[in-house]
Amino acid sequence: MSLHSLKQGIPLAIEGLYKAFGSRQVLKDIQLQIPTGQFVAVVGRSGCGKSTLLRLLAGLDQASQGQLLAGMVPLDSVREDTRLMFQDARLLPWKRVIDNVGLGLTGNWKPKAQEALAAVGLADRAQEWPAALSGGQKQRVALARALIHEPRLLLLDEPLGALDALTRIEMQQLIENLWQKHGFTVLLVTHDVSEAVAVADRVILIEDGQVGLDLAVDLPRPRHRGSAQLAALEAKVLDRVLGLQPEPAPEPKWEEVLAPVRERRTAT
Amino acid sequence: MASSASAKAPLVQRLAPWALPVTLLLIWQLSVSAGWLSTRILPAPSAVLSAGWDLLSSGDIWQHLAISGWRAGIGFAIGGGLGLLLGFITGLSKWGERLLDSSVQMVRNVPHLALIPLVILWFGIDEAAKIFLVALGTLFPIYLNTYHGIRNIDAGLVEMARSYGLSGFSLFWQVILPGALPSILVGVRFALGFMWLTLIVAETISASSGIGYLAMNAREFLQTDVVVLAILLYAVLGKLADVAARSLERLWLRWHPAYQAKGASA
Repeated sequence: MSLHSLKQGIPLAIEGLYKAFGSRQVLKDIQLQIPTGQFVAVVGRSGCGKSTLLRLLAGLDQASQGQLLAGMVPLDSVREDTRLMFQDARLLPWKRVIDNVGLGLTGNWKPKAQEALAAVGLADRAQEWPAALSGGQKQRVALARALIHEPRLLLLDEPLGALDALTRIEMQQLIENLWQKHGFTVLLVTHDVSEAVAVADRVILIEDGQVGLDLAVDLPRPRHRGSAQLAALEAKVLDRVLGLQPEPAPEPKWEEVLAPVRERRTAT
Repeated sequence: MASSASAKAPLVQRLAPWALPVTLLLIWQLSVSAGWLSTRILPAPSAVLSAGWDLLSSGDIWQHLAISGWRAGIGFAIGGGLGLLLGFITGLSKWGERLLDSSVQMVRNVPHLALIPLVILWFGIDEAAKIFLVALGTLFPIYLNTYHGIRNIDAGLVEMARSYGLSGFSLFWQVILPGALPSILVGVRFALGFMWLTLIVAETISASSGIGYLAMNAREFLQTDVVVLAILLYAVLGKLADVAARSLERLWLRWHPAYQAKGASA
């Protein structure tokens, strides 16, 4: 079986989703319909609940209230078709790269794992230990590990957050290419708005546990990074984020995200 | 130029650790032969060597070595096995931890050699007494490090493995055990030290065979050379155990950057 014989993506329906940790409401009445094969980016300030949403979708946490549906059936019943990529690669350091890719598989999975590694450009590193790889390469292995299961829904929890700018763009393009080839549904959580508008069909902004903005990114691919249209969309999202809170945000992480955008704006 | 320098350096580096012991041996031999040091206090290295040769040629030494090695091995297997098992139970289950950990920690703080009088009352001066003491001495280091190793496994890795469908035995075998292994092997090295220490004490107090007996017997006949030989034998055995533990580390922790051969990472 090859990686190309993929099933269709999962259409996702999130209905009246609530999540509370103790007395703190993290998600309040999230409603979302995501059609098959859509590439959705979820953005928001840190602590807004975007990662919680992803963990609920991945089945790592349980919702307080509400429904997660894959088409007509509960998302839990298609758990095998859902794969999550974490912010850190989470490779098992005691398994060689290829064995990490084949984690949880039985039977003759080696050729398939080799193929998955080739798809992320690391075919020649199969026999190395994860410790010998760079951060970007580790994330590629994690991507191969997710893809070998032929997921119909790929959940990405800021998987590129720790990478340098160039590796990051490469990874975005790699994920975009693989998504175009295989047609799975993607939910990418990111704090980088420019990344969100560059790769996604649709950008969803989560504010205070609710959907604050649902923006279609209707631009042809491949998209040219730094184009005026992308910048306009990015500005739209950022204005919304900043408009809510006119004072400068206290969080340094957010500042880091905004700094390059501000520079670009003052330059043009 | 660079290559000849790098070829020479390792030889000097390899010989350097031996310089001090060899010098001390020479001084020792010299001071005995010159009569500065009474053979009653310390026999010459050559005398120790010849005592070793005598015991070797009569075959006695093998008998003593075999019995000591057997006691150490059996005691280590029992104590280490129990420590590993207890460590897995307390490390893997919340209830196991609640029920067992505080009790084990309490017993651990009793110096096991303090039990010698009691152990002699229970087992006499039989083999069982020595094996019991060795088992007791090796149990706790392995228990502690197994428990600690399991508790310190990266929760993110376990979460990831679960989300990839691993559970039960496959989760234990592929994630938890290898994750705890570096810590367990530290426990093994500690336990090997305790193993010889306990055995020396046990054999010195009461035995009719073994290296400790060899030493105590020689003391009665003022054979200082045999006493020193017995001490050296313990040192060699301890070193051998350590080398064995190190090669296990090199074999099982190949993936760990800290245990990889130098230069391979470059």
